[in-house]
Amino acid sequence: MARSKEALVLLLDVGPTMHHLLPEVEKLCSLILQKKLVFSKCDEVGIVLFGTQETKNDLTIEVGGYEHVRVLQNIRVVDSDLADMLHDLPKGSVPGDFLDAVVVGMDLLIKKYDRTNKGKKRLCLITNGLSTVKDPSDGSKEDQASTIAEQMTSYGMRLECVVVRDNWANSSNEIILKENYSIFNLFPQKTSAKTTYIESTTSLFGAIQTRRISPVTIFRGDLEISPELKIKVWAYKKTYEEKFPTLKRHSDKAPSTDRYATHEVKIDYEYKSVQDESKVVPPEQRIKGYRYGPQVVPISSDEWDTVKFKPEKGLKLLGFTNYYNIFRHHYMKDANILIAEPNVDDANVAVSALARAMEKLEKVAIIRCVWRQGQTNVMIGILTPNVAKEDHIPDSFYFNVIPFAEDIREFQFPSFDNLPSSMLPNDQQQEAANDFVKSLDLAASDKEEVLRPEFTPNPILQRFYHFLELKSKHPNAAVPPLDKTLRRITEPDLELFMQKRPVIDAFRRQFEVKEKPKKKSKRLRERPSGSDDEKVSGRLRLNEDIPALTENGGKAEEIGNLTPIQDFEAMISRRDNPDWVNKAIKGMSNKIFDLVENSYEGDNFPKVLELLSALRKGCVVEQEPKQFNDFLRCLCRFCLDHHDLRSFCDILASREITLISKSEAVDSEVDYEEARSFPIKAEPKCESAQ
Amino acid sequence: MELDPEEVFRDDDEDPDSDDFWERNTTKELAVYLVDASPKMFSTRCLSDDEKEESHFHIAMMCILESLKSQIINRSYDEVAVCFFNTRERKNLQDLSGVYVFDVADKESLDRPTAKFIKELGNLEDAFVKQIGSQYGIVAETRENSLYNALWVAQALLRKGSVKTADKRILIFTNEDDPFQNMKGGTKADMTRTTIQRAKDARDMGIGIDLLPLSPPEREFSLSNLYADLLGLEGNDLAQFMPAAVERMEEMRDQLRKRMFKKRIVKKLMFTIADGLSIEVNAYALVRQTAPGSITWLDSVTNLPLKVERSFICGDTGALIKETPKRFQNYKNLDIMFTVEELSQLKWVGTQQLRLLGFKPLSCLRDYHNLRPSTFVFPSDEEVIGSTQVFVALHRSMVQLKRFAVAFYSNPLHPRLVALIAQEEIADAIGQHEPPGMHMIYLPYSDDIRQIEELHSHPNITAPRASDDQVGKAAALVRRINLLDFSVGQFLNPALQRHYAVLQALALQEDELPEMEDGTLPDEEGLARPGVVKAIDEFKLSVYGGNYMENASGQGKMTEASKKRKTLMDNAVRESAKYNWADLANRGKIRDLTVVDLKRYLTVHSLPVSGKKEDLILRILTHLGK
Repeated sequence: MARSKEALVLLLDVGPTMHHLLPEVEKLCSLILQKKLVFSKCDEVGIVLFGTQETKNDLTIEVGGYEHVRVLQNIRVVDSDLADMLHDLPKGSVPGDFLDAVVVGMDLLIKKYDRTNKGKKRLCLITNGLSTVKDPSDGSKEDQASTIAEQMTSYGMRLECVVVRDNWANSSNEIILKENYSIFNLFPQKTSAKTTYIESTTSLFGAIQTRRISPVTIFRGDLEISPELKIKVWAYKKTYEEKFPTLKRHSDKAPSTDRYATHEVKIDYEYKSVQDESKVVPPEQRIKGYRYGPQVVPISSDEWDTVKFKPEKGLKLLGFTNYYNIFRHHYMKDANILIAEPNVDDANVAVSALARAMEKLEKVAIIRCVWRQGQTNVMIGILTPNVAKEDHIPDSFYFNVIPFAEDIREFQFPSFDNLPSSMLPNDQQQEAANDFVKSLDLAASDKEEVLRPEFTPNPILQRFYHFLELKSKHPNAAVPPLDKTLRRITEPDLELFMQKRPVIDAFRRQFEVKEKPKKKSKRLRERPSGSDDEKVSGRLRLNEDIPALTENGGKAEEIGNLTPIQDFEAMISRRDNPDWVNKAIKGMSNKIFDLVENSYEGDNFPKVLELLSALRKGCVVEQEPKQFNDFLRCLCRFCLDHHDLRSFCDILASREITLISKSEAVDSEVDYEEARSFPIKAEPKCESAQ
Repeated sequence: MELDPEEVFRDDDEDPDSDDFWERNTTKELAVYLVDASPKMFSTRCLSDDEKEESHFHIAMMCILESLKSQIINRSYDEVAVCFFNTRERKNLQDLSGVYVFDVADKESLDRPTAKFIKELGNLEDAFVKQIGSQYGIVAETRENSLYNALWVAQALLRKGSVKTADKRILIFTNEDDPFQNMKGGTKADMTRTTIQRAKDARDMGIGIDLLPLSPPEREFSLSNLYADLLGLEGNDLAQFMPAAVERMEEMRDQLRKRMFKKRIVKKLMFTIADGLSIEVNAYALVRQTAPGSITWLDSVTNLPLKVERSFICGDTGALIKETPKRFQNYKNLDIMFTVEELSQLKWVGTQQLRLLGFKPLSCLRDYHNLRPSTFVFPSDEEVIGSTQVFVALHRSMVQLKRFAVAFYSNPLHPRLVALIAQEEIADAIGQHEPPGMHMIYLPYSDDIRQIEELHSHPNITAPRASDDQVGKAAALVRRINLLDFSVGQFLNPALQRHYAVLQALALQEDELPEMEDGTLPDEEGLARPGVVKAIDEFKLSVYGGNYMENASGQGKMTEASKKRKTLMDNAVRESAKYNWADLANRGKIRDLTVVDLKRYLTVHSLPVSGKKEDLILRILTHLGK
């Protein structure tokens, strides 16, 4: 038996009060199996249902009793059938006895492994604890549970109870609940067990580790308080981002008839001289170079090895400081945990003493760490105390990396107090904001904390495994939408937002937020897929630079080809010299004229219309109707003179790009009627102008 | 859909923010250092930190050199020119007297600094008097005005590059606060007026003028004579100028070798607060791990840069794959294929970029709720008017109520649940230490959190706990080893500093490596203070009783692996001693030994034992120096 193989028995309550939860339970169990199919294909799983009408288990035959417990699947290696079995769990009609189910589950494990495979046998119980546990023939229910717990310990099993507390838990079944909860709470005290109470279906996914990970230490050694005092500690990762499994590249070049094709993709790197592309340099002839100004300084690895920074492995205390001296946003990476070496009592006591003292004094420890020998850098981190709440859990420290001077970028931002008062909230607005923040409370004292990271699964990963499963059945399946239950992680809780509607509305009413119409960025933002957002925003930044620059002092000096409208707008709004307005209008007019002249079968017309309307707008804003009107007349005349451009005047009429009338700019000598009819009456006007 | 496949698969650890390419596109800085070379700069001396007498001229030169050395690392696209005024010789395009522009061959006067430029500038001071000479350049009779000339020359140098893409600056180093003091009446007024006008013209052209005043020992540099007007200082700026200037001078000298980053927006986000209420915020990267500059591969023969070309080759047919290969995962014995589009769709959550979900008290945010460096969020009214007002209101409420916001951030690469912590501004006379705004902390999911504590616990067994007395002793210890004025970022990264120092030494052909101090080591002196030692001893006695020594020397139990390693090593030492390796090598007999024997030798000398026999032999011969 493989050392890393785990046996898991799922004990699922399918009784009447559980029916509404079953779809979620199915999804959770599927996810566990799907992850096993990817990461630990040798693991074995059994499924036991309780609360079923039917009774099917060995114990009922062997010793009697254990009714309404149905072994849906005896323990076996995970495969696709097992995964399918979870798709439509039979709904039970009788309240089930979870202790019976636990015993049946243990029986499965004992029959299969007896006392072997210690520590790799796990029972997962999912229930709402609303059904009564039968009175045992002798002793109390607690005694019975204790006996079960003892057996579990001796066989090296672990029990995880997930108890869903939802609306069904009302006063009528308070007594049952109280009794059952005391049993659930008993297990963790007596054996290797964990009981988790959850209130929302979203947390259900988070209540069980869906992927089995055997943590490994990243460091074992001394925490050096001073050369005279060293404490034996181990370090582990406390958080580590779980990503998609590593997907390999697939080659479909092999003929489909080749059954032994590996479909592997090999990656080949070639180093070519920049000057002569045909020259390939063998890898051993390469040398690393680092930039020093415009030069590149070559340094061979040997040379580098002799001079580079080589610290000694170890954790050294630099000192303690106040907790508020460290900002939360300076934590740089995923967190580690530093815990005393197991079974070394004095080290455990030393860690416990320090952790408790630090918590009391609100201090953190600053330490310098080199986790491995041969590491070429050091880290500065802080230890924060992690004082255990349960008796059997040892005290420990959390470790977070904090930045070096080089890692902090000192950008300056305007102080809020110096902002113009129009940008600051008044008292009423502040009041509304306070109410808003208070009411959208995700951690109300009478309820479970919503979206607690510990119980919040990664919706994207769930979607990935779901998609994987779909694809295994239908290779062309489309990407499924996010799971409905998990959408509560990515979207606000409708219930909460409905309930707090008045406060939210009041808050919204207090503020006036309006979007500046801006064509280009809007277009970018409305892209249907966010997938290439990163790149879009890259482009966006480039574009945005122009208006940004013009704002700090007006820097556009001519109308370019890339962003003529922005250039025009920037120039015409420059106030450092009145000439800019004329310059802008002139430049824009020339640009438009060029485009019209170079137009081939009207291909430039859409662009021309855009520029023309920008020019018109600018001239209205700046009250320069004459310049625009003259230009437009001139343009029309030009178009009418050239046969292939005649259609342009018609387009103008249809787009309602007209002369600027008196109603828009007082200086205009054109009245409204004339303006409206301009392009049609173009010809006589043009003549009069001549 | 246009997609870079590597983007989708990019390891999340690679920070897209740190991309180098951006820096080239942003504005660069063009700076002209104008150094007063008047006799007064040479004659005025003051004591340096290490009690040596230094002339003001020397101080100015050191400042510039240090600044250049750090600039070449952190903002190597910036351009500089060094120009002296009040010189005997003249060298400038305008042929104005008393102004000397320092040049090196193959380089424009205003150009990116090179190793050669720095090296020659470093050597200049000794030969200065002979080559360039020092002489007062403001003469009443001839109406020569070297300061005016210097500004003119500097301005002409800065004509290069458009104001759009470059930030232009003139930095004046002088210890003369009243250059026209010897002039009289009309001449003085005239000179003052024209010089100020010259400076004003430069400022109007978008050139910033800055002054680094060197105060004579007996009195402080006075701005009121000329420089306040020359720099265009008024009101508050004027009052704060001198204290800040001293600081800046010091900063220039002990420049951190630190890559500078232009303040730029990482992302513009719409922050949806409620239905129908979205505000505009900009995201910035204020904290990111800095890596030494990127590696350029060179051909070791020609030292010319190489281009890396990656190609995908089909393992079955050997054919070159041009299109982006699909990805697959083996699942239920099937190869399940994914296209790049499908994978990015999987990560796509919604159009709302940042969606508020609610608020929680700060105590809900545990220390381990962290995955990657935070992102700073600041409001902007550029596209959505009113954003700042809403943001400030929420910010103030959150600070006051001690709450953070929980939001979902639909980043296309790693969509995540985030915590937004309102940070109040922290500023003092020196400047802003923490900007006001919100910090976005990336929260882990349940999949990302590991229950290590449970792993180290046993049911039914109470974990060892410290007694009140032991906690008390620990508290005494904690109070003793207290870092009073600790601030995050007070340490320089020794590995990075070392890297830069090596690079500098190699580039400037300096013979020896400058000694780098590793500031991250514990303060041994401090730890040896009697009070600290006593606190440690008491703590030790309280926790370990008398057994501590035993613990430390015994090194605890040896693990299986290390036991095995030790036996292996002992064995190797014994066995490999049987041969006279040098002799074998000389006689060319090493080849006759078995691979096992060869590996023993390598083990003993802590060399890698990988590779074919040929490799092993080669490695041994290299090690023997043959």
